[in-house]
Amino acid sequence: MPFFVELIISLLIVIGGLFLLVGSFGMIKLKDLLPRLHAPTKASTVGLGGVLIASMLFFWVERGHFTIHELLITLFIFLTAPITANLIAKAYMLLNVDPNKDLPPSKQDEGWATFDPVGPEGYDPSEEYKEKET
Amino acid sequence: MIEYALNFGFVCVALALLMNLYRLTAGPTTADRVLAVDTMAINAIALLVLYGIGQATAMYFEGALLFAMFGFVSTVAYCKFVLRGDIIE
Repeated sequence: MPFFVELIISLLIVIGGLFLLVGSFGMIKLKDLLPRLHAPTKASTVGLGGVLIASMLFFWVERGHFTIHELLITLFIFLTAPITANLIAKAYMLLNVDPNKDLPPSKQDEGWATFDPVGPEGYDPSEEYKEKET
Repeated sequence: MIEYALNFGFVCVALALLMNLYRLTAGPTTADRVLAVDTMAINAIALLVLYGIGQATAMYFEGALLFAMFGFVSTVAYCKFVLRGDIIE
């Protein structure tokens, strides 16, 4: 394996490892969940991307043919990290945030989505089930 | 040279996993624990990929892909359970 390829792979592994470490260090350093959410969803994703690109280069040089297997994981993580962050923030807000005290008014007819019942005003989903049963 | 970089990467990922474990046990709210497990899944993927480079085999790729998919699905399922009291409505 040529020297400069080894150098690039090693650099990518080291940078990826450092980003993963920083991402997880943010989890114990930051003091609340909502700031804490930033560390793993951003830094860890970049770190994993670096490690996966290193893996891709390594197997390309070693086997002699180029595969994009690892890009599949990268793509999947890049697509799913924002969704998980959004869902975790919603779960946290539902359990720990008081919409009357901690949140500004939404200035709309509806309140904030997490705290509102599904459907328009006066809609009770349990009535639908009752109609189905009878 | 790759061996040294791999060792450094292993140490980094192991420390990151320990930090996640601390947040998993000490986290004051449920959402903290869900976040810790999600990050642990990401770190486990990195560990598997690094081990695959060290052993020079592509066999661990499928394991890493499974970790990526099930980490996401389990996080979404738990958050949905907290939000709606049910997973499949």
